[in-house]
Amino acid sequence: MSKVGRSEIRVDAFDKASGRTKYYEDRVPADALYVRIKHAEIAHGFVKSVDKSAAEAIPGVVKVLDCFDVPDLPFPTAGHPWSMDPGHQDIADRHLLNQHVRYWGDDVAVVIAENEVAAHQGVRALKVEYESLPFVLDVQKAMEDGAPQLHEAFPNNILKHTGMKKGDYSSAIKEPGLICIDKWYDTPTVQHCHIENHGCFAWQEDDRLVVVSSTQIPHIIRRVVGQALGRPWGDIEIVKPYIGGGFGNKQDALYEPLCAWCSTQVGGRCVRLDCSREETFVSNRVRHAIRFHIVSWLRKDGTIAARKVECFSNQGAYASHGHSIVAKAMGSFPQHYPCENMECDAYTVFTNRPAAGAMRGYGMPQASFADESNIEDCAKALGMDSYEFRKKNVMPKGFHDAFSGNTNYYDSFRECMTKGAAFIDYERKKKEYANDTGDIRRGIGMATFWYNTAVYPISLETSSNRMLLNLDGTVTFQCGETEIGQGADTAYAQMVAEAVGLKSYRDVHVKSCQDTDITPTGLGAYASRQTYVAGFSIRQTADLLREKILNYANEVTRQAVANMDIVDGNIIRKGDGSVLMSLSELAMTAQYNPVHSEHITAESTYTIRNNAYSFGCTFAEVEVDIPMCKVTLKNIVNVHDCGNLINPALAEAQVHGGMSMAIGYGLSEQLIFDEKTGKPLNGNLLDYKLSTFMDHPHLEAEFVENPEPTSPFGTKALGEPPACSGAPAIRNAILDATGVAIDRNPINPHVLYAEFSKAGLIHDDWKEAK
Amino acid sequence: MSAQYKLIHCTINGKKVEKMVDVRASLTDMLRNDYHLTSVKKGCEVGECGACNVLINGEAFNSCIYLAVWAEGKNIQTLESLLSPDGELSDIQQAFVEESAIQCGFCTPGFIMTAVEILNAGKFYSDEELRKLLSGHLCRCTGYENIFRAVKKAMYRRLGKEIDF
Repeated sequence: MSKVGRSEIRVDAFDKASGRTKYYEDRVPADALYVRIKHAEIAHGFVKSVDKSAAEAIPGVVKVLDCFDVPDLPFPTAGHPWSMDPGHQDIADRHLLNQHVRYWGDDVAVVIAENEVAAHQGVRALKVEYESLPFVLDVQKAMEDGAPQLHEAFPNNILKHTGMKKGDYSSAIKEPGLICIDKWYDTPTVQHCHIENHGCFAWQEDDRLVVVSSTQIPHIIRRVVGQALGRPWGDIEIVKPYIGGGFGNKQDALYEPLCAWCSTQVGGRCVRLDCSREETFVSNRVRHAIRFHIVSWLRKDGTIAARKVECFSNQGAYASHGHSIVAKAMGSFPQHYPCENMECDAYTVFTNRPAAGAMRGYGMPQASFADESNIEDCAKALGMDSYEFRKKNVMPKGFHDAFSGNTNYYDSFRECMTKGAAFIDYERKKKEYANDTGDIRRGIGMATFWYNTAVYPISLETSSNRMLLNLDGTVTFQCGETEIGQGADTAYAQMVAEAVGLKSYRDVHVKSCQDTDITPTGLGAYASRQTYVAGFSIRQTADLLREKILNYANEVTRQAVANMDIVDGNIIRKGDGSVLMSLSELAMTAQYNPVHSEHITAESTYTIRNNAYSFGCTFAEVEVDIPMCKVTLKNIVNVHDCGNLINPALAEAQVHGGMSMAIGYGLSEQLIFDEKTGKPLNGNLLDYKLSTFMDHPHLEAEFVENPEPTSPFGTKALGEPPACSGAPAIRNAILDATGVAIDRNPINPHVLYAEFSKAGLIHDDWKEAK
Repeated sequence: MSAQYKLIHCTINGKKVEKMVDVRASLTDMLRNDYHLTSVKKGCEVGECGACNVLINGEAFNSCIYLAVWAEGKNIQTLESLLSPDGELSDIQQAFVEESAIQCGFCTPGFIMTAVEILNAGKFYSDEELRKLLSGHLCRCTGYENIFRAVKKAMYRRLGKEIDF
C-alpha cells in the first residue's frame, strides 16, 4: 500500500503533546549571559554618543557595547540563497548596531549581563544622545523630492523599480465603448505572531562559533553570520532545534549575527539573546504594506481590454527581502487574469518603519486583496455576477508562462470555484441575501489566487539529503528543508518510506534538528517548497540507497539486481514475489561481514529547475451589523489544488492556519504608528488584534487533487496559499451585503464607520447636532 | 540570604517541594529554571498568549503573571504531569494527537492544561461555550479548528457520548 496520500499522525506529535519537545530556550545553558538590546526612541536620526558609565556600574553587568564598537561590515539579512552574480545579491545595508537610526526601535547598543534583571537595568541606564532628523512613514511621501533620505545609495528612497509590459496599453484603452475602473487599494503592516518569539544563543568552541537559533534557514544563517562578523563561513556552525512557528519572520537573519558577535566580545562565553513579544513586533520583520493603483478597461461583453497596475511597497527601514516581494505581487496580475494589453510597475520604497521581510504568502495576500477587490468592482460595474466574470477571465487551462516554465495542466481554477460554490451554496444564498435590507444584512463573496510553489528561476532551487540504513532495517533521514510546524518531517517520512520501500513511515527516523556541520546543505523552510523540492532529492537519494542495498543483496542472495525489489521493508524476488531477506538482515550482514563490511548510506543533491502553479479560492459569508459597524464571519471555505496530498489531515490543518491568518488580515490585524513620532502604538498581543477562538466560524478546507506532472510525488504548494484569498473574499462579502466597496484592509469597525457614514448607511446624529 | 529571597513550599506535579525563590520571579521562571519543566512556554510574559498556562489547585492560570511566591501551599500541575508512569498519553493529549491539533507545538502545553480544567469539570459544554473557555490562548498555526475538535472529542469521550463532527 502506498505510504503517501495517507493521513498519518505527525512524527513529532507525541513529544509535542507530552511537552518533551525542546525549543531553543529549553536548551540554553544555565550559565549563559543575557544580552539585552537598547532600541532607539526616535524614528530617524543619528546616535551622537552613548554614555555607558551608569550601566557598567550595575552589579552583574559584564559588558556594554554600542554602535560605535561594531565592525564596519554591512551585511544583508534576507533568507535568500546566495547568488554568485553580484547584481543579484541582497542589499547589504545592516550593521550589527546602527549609528544611523532609521526606525523607532532600531538597535543602537547592547548590555551583556550575568542575569536578566541586570541586563534590563543596564539598558535602562544607558544614556543615548541623538541628533533627530525628519522621518517619513508613507510610501508616496517617501518618494517625493526633499523627503527624508534613509539610505544614501537610494535616491528618493526607491530601493528598486521594475515593470512589465504586454501588448500596447495606451492604444488599447482608446477602443470605443470601454468601461474604466480606476481605483486604489491599501494593505496594512502586519506581523507574523508566531507564538515562540525569536531568540538564539551562541558560544565559541575550538575557535569556531556555534549558534543555536529559532530560525527557518540554518544554512543561510551560517553565511550571514560569517558575512556580518567577517569570518570564514566554515567557522560558523548553526543549530536549528524545533521552533515555535516562523511564517517568514525567521526566514531572515534576525539576531544571530549580533548574538554571535556578543559572544566574541566576552571571550567566547555563551550568551543568549531572547526577543520579547514587543521586540518581535517592532524589531524583527513585518509584512510589507503595499498600496496598489489598478486601472481596468472592460468591454461590455465581460472581457478585459487592458489593465494597468502600479504597486508601491513599504519596505520600512532596511532592505531585508526587498523588492522580491512586490515583484512577486506584480507578477501575479498578468497571469491571474491574462489580458492582451497590460502595463505593470512595482516600486519598493524605504520608510522609517520596521523592516518588512518575508511573510506567509510573500506579496500575494496583498496582491490578492487588490486584484480580487478590483475584479469584484469590475464585475459590479458591468452588472455581471463576479463568479461568472471570474470564470470567464481567470487563467485558462493550458496557460503557459515562458519565464517560470509553468503550465496550467488542468482547469484548476474553475474546478476549485465549482467545488467552493457547491459547498457554500453560493447561487442560492447570493439571491436570498440580495433581499436583505435592514440594519443587519448578509452577504457572500469570493476570491481566487494562484501561487508559485518554489523560487525557480528567480533563485537557486537545490535540495540535498542523506539516508542511512540502520541495522534494524529502518532509515535515518536528514535534509536541510526544515520543520517549522507545518509538518514537513512527517511528509518526508512518508515520501522516504514510499521511495525506499519501507513498511511504514514510522520506519523513517527524520532528524528534525539541523546542524550545518552535519546536515546536508539545504535552503531551509520558505516559499511553499519543502515538500515539492525535497521530493526530487528524496526520490533520487532513495534510488541510490536502493541500488546499494540491492547490489549487496545480489552478493548475498545471488539473485540478479534487476530481478529484485524492496517492498515493505523486505527484499523480494520479482519473479515469484518471494521474500529473500529483510532489510534488517541485509544491514546486519553487510555491517558485520568480516570480508566485505559496508555501512549502507546514500546522499545526493538535486538542482530543481521546475516550478509549479498552485491554485485555489475562498468563499466567505458574512453578517454585517451596519449601525454597530461589526462584521461576523458566518461561514468560510478554502478550496486548493496543491496536487496530490501527501498527508490529507496535515494538509487540512495547514489550510486552517492560513485561513485564520487571512481572517485576521481581512478584519482585524494592523500594526499602527504614531504619525507625530513614528512610534509603533500596538506592538503587543493585547492591542494588536490577532484572531482568537471566538473570531472564527468552522474553517472548511477542501481539495482538488490534480497531480503535478513535474513533481516525483505529484505535489505542489500548500504552505502559503491558504493565506492569500481569504481577506478579499471577506471584503467582497461585505460589499455584497452592504453595497459598500472597502478598498483597504483590515476592515475593522473604524474603517466601516467611516465608509458607512460616507455611503449614507449610518448617520452620526451627535455630530450633526453639534 | 537577603530579603529578596523567600522559602516556598508547594506541590509540583504531585511532589512536595521547597525552594528559595527570588520574590520578583514569576511562576514561569520558577517552573522552567528551578524545575526544568520546559513545557511551560514563554510567548509574551504579560498574560496575553496563554502559552505558560498551568493548573494551580486545579484552575488554569497564566504562570507568567503569577508570582512564584504566591505558589506557597499550592498544588501546581504542568503538562509533564499528564503522561502516565509508563509513558502513556492521557485522553486529552491523545485527542490532540489524533485530531492533528498540533503543529509547531508551542501553544500546545497551555491549551492542553486549560482543556484539562474544562474536562475535569465533568460538564457538557456547547460549541459556543467551549470556544469561549479556550479563547484565552493564541495559536497562529491551526486556526483553532483542530484544537476545538480535540477538546470536544475528549469531552464527549469522558461523558460517554458519541461524537459526530
